[in-house]
Amino acid sequence: MALDKITQVTGRGVYVPGSDIDTDRIIPARFMKCVTFDGLGEYLFYDVRYHEDGSKKDHPLDDARFSGASILLSGENFGCGSSREHAPQALNRFGIHAVIAESFAEIFFGNCTTLGMPCVTASSDDIKTLATAVETDPSLDITIDIENGQVTYGDGNSIAITIPATASDALINGRWDPIAELLEASEQVAATVTAAGYQ
Amino acid sequence: MSQSDKSLYEKVWDAHAVKTLSNGQTQLLIGTHLIHEVTSPQAFGMLRDLNLTVKYPERTFATVDHIVPTDSQEMPFADPLADAMIKELANNAKEFGITYFDLPSGKQGVVHVVGPEEGITQPGTTIACGDSHTATHGAFGAIAFGIGTTQVRDVLATQTIAMEKLKVRRINVDGELQAGVYAKDVILHIIKLLGAKGGIGYAYEYGGSLLDSFSIEERMTVCNMSIEGGARCGYVNPDEMTFEYLKGRPYCPEGEAWDTAVERWKSFASDADCNYDDVIDIRAEDIAPSVTWGISPDQGVFIDESVPDPAQAQSDAEKASITDALEYMQLEAGTPVKGIPVDVAFIGSCTNGRLSDFQEAARFLKGHHVAEGVKAIAVPGSQIVAKQCEDEGLDVIFEEAGFQWRKAGCSMCLAMNPDKLEGDQLCASSSNRNFKGRQGSPTGRTVLMSPVMVAAAAVAGEIADAREVFQITAN
Repeated sequence: MALDKITQVTGRGVYVPGSDIDTDRIIPARFMKCVTFDGLGEYLFYDVRYHEDGSKKDHPLDDARFSGASILLSGENFGCGSSREHAPQALNRFGIHAVIAESFAEIFFGNCTTLGMPCVTASSDDIKTLATAVETDPSLDITIDIENGQVTYGDGNSIAITIPATASDALINGRWDPIAELLEASEQVAATVTAAGYQ
Repeated sequence: MSQSDKSLYEKVWDAHAVKTLSNGQTQLLIGTHLIHEVTSPQAFGMLRDLNLTVKYPERTFATVDHIVPTDSQEMPFADPLADAMIKELANNAKEFGITYFDLPSGKQGVVHVVGPEEGITQPGTTIACGDSHTATHGAFGAIAFGIGTTQVRDVLATQTIAMEKLKVRRINVDGELQAGVYAKDVILHIIKLLGAKGGIGYAYEYGGSLLDSFSIEERMTVCNMSIEGGARCGYVNPDEMTFEYLKGRPYCPEGEAWDTAVERWKSFASDADCNYDDVIDIRAEDIAPSVTWGISPDQGVFIDESVPDPAQAQSDAEKASITDALEYMQLEAGTPVKGIPVDVAFIGSCTNGRLSDFQEAARFLKGHHVAEGVKAIAVPGSQIVAKQCEDEGLDVIFEEAGFQWRKAGCSMCLAMNPDKLEGDQLCASSSNRNFKGRQGSPTGRTVLMSPVMVAAAAVAGEIADAREVFQITAN
């Protein structure tokens, strides 16, 4: 089960401003009445994208200029609240393959990393600069360079990003889904189960 | 302080660390795994796709809570999607030999109420569940946290997950609470002080003389909302109160094995001189009944305060947050929270759906009636809580006061069952999240508060100070 080595992600950006954007907002609970993750993409950010009569609100994801964007930019504490993996699954299935934000909620961050979806942080000012560049030229390709800790865009522009060493290692070396390595240690696990008093 | 002094978090971590993974994370043993119908079906699907099985089925426990209706629980459910989910859980539990507290068992309920009730939740253990309110179990001195569905797969297949060690923030609350102030007010106050993202990277250790005096159910209310403060887990050190609560519960040891277990559990408590990464001190006397006014759990005020004015924000980001929240909540800057009309009142959830929550609300509701036009529901957190309440006649008190007395489930906390707000209704709620749309209507509004404050709001028909409505002068 060889996994892709994710050293960088390139794509167009879309800026969804705001702090504390929670996973209920990313995927409202009523769309979690399902036993697979298939089809969640169409419900991404549903209640902030659509009126109750189904007509569209004015959300960046529905702005034709940003159609096909695969890198989402946002503010602080992105993905807070519920642990639902339905949130990164919905983002992924919609076509978002990486997120650049000021900070991330931990469970969301872990869920994304395990799906091979990089979440990187940048300063508020740098995100605003990048968002302005994207909004000025929505066709701009931006590249998240995980190995070198930067986002590059346009004519030689760059901003600094950070990502925890463990996540960066997992992405770069193609071991973001840990199941193979977890399965290897079954004897040590059994020993820990006993030592910790569970059996 | 000596090198060997450790916090409970560090001791539990060390006892459960299996090995260091190649990316530097730790492979951590999960002692107890709890599952429910919403975040587990895809994990079982992944297991089947990978041709794996459940490695330690006796260490996983299942119940059904999010999608169950609380009026009629007759099967099949009216909602075919909900019915499919409960059947999927039953099939998975049966196929893999997992204990399942189902509706006919008499032990079904919100997963974070059921675990403690059965004595499955024990000190010094690691507990994981595909649910962010798993920190509730920290009330027993367990390291308990929410995980995603792929990690549910990891626990099923290996009884471990890949994780990084957190820092530990000790939060001392010392002194005594004023009359009419509850555990819910304490945690809302902590979240307001430290912020919705203040706990990122931390485990919260709650202590101090107030927490020491708190019952286990009060400790559960505090630990439950750690995630609303950004902390993935929160806990209280185990003490005699903890052991007393657990003694005699179905999954707890008996006889000599009980004594051995208690000695072992005691050994996990934080050493007196251990080093914390951060320490916060709060005076219990400074806390008043609290309510939220916005769309993030840290947007809270005391009951005698007003909603903020974006013009007084410290930064552009804060100004934008306040403006967005006021617009969604349909509130003018500077409006006193007391007097905001309510449409719905909800007492229940993994935060405040236990016996003591209903006892306390019923104590004051007796002799009062819900205001005209307010829909009020009381939803026990488990079938056992329901029975305890009914044995004490609390259901009658609630019904005579104009509340609907429901069956166990997550109910109106999260909008995955028929209990939902309609349109822009405003709900006085004892639950844990006031996010946009959280209670099921995309324009529905939630104001978080203690169960007694919900009862007061229901009676007054508006956000009210329970101390005034019920003339509370002493605890």
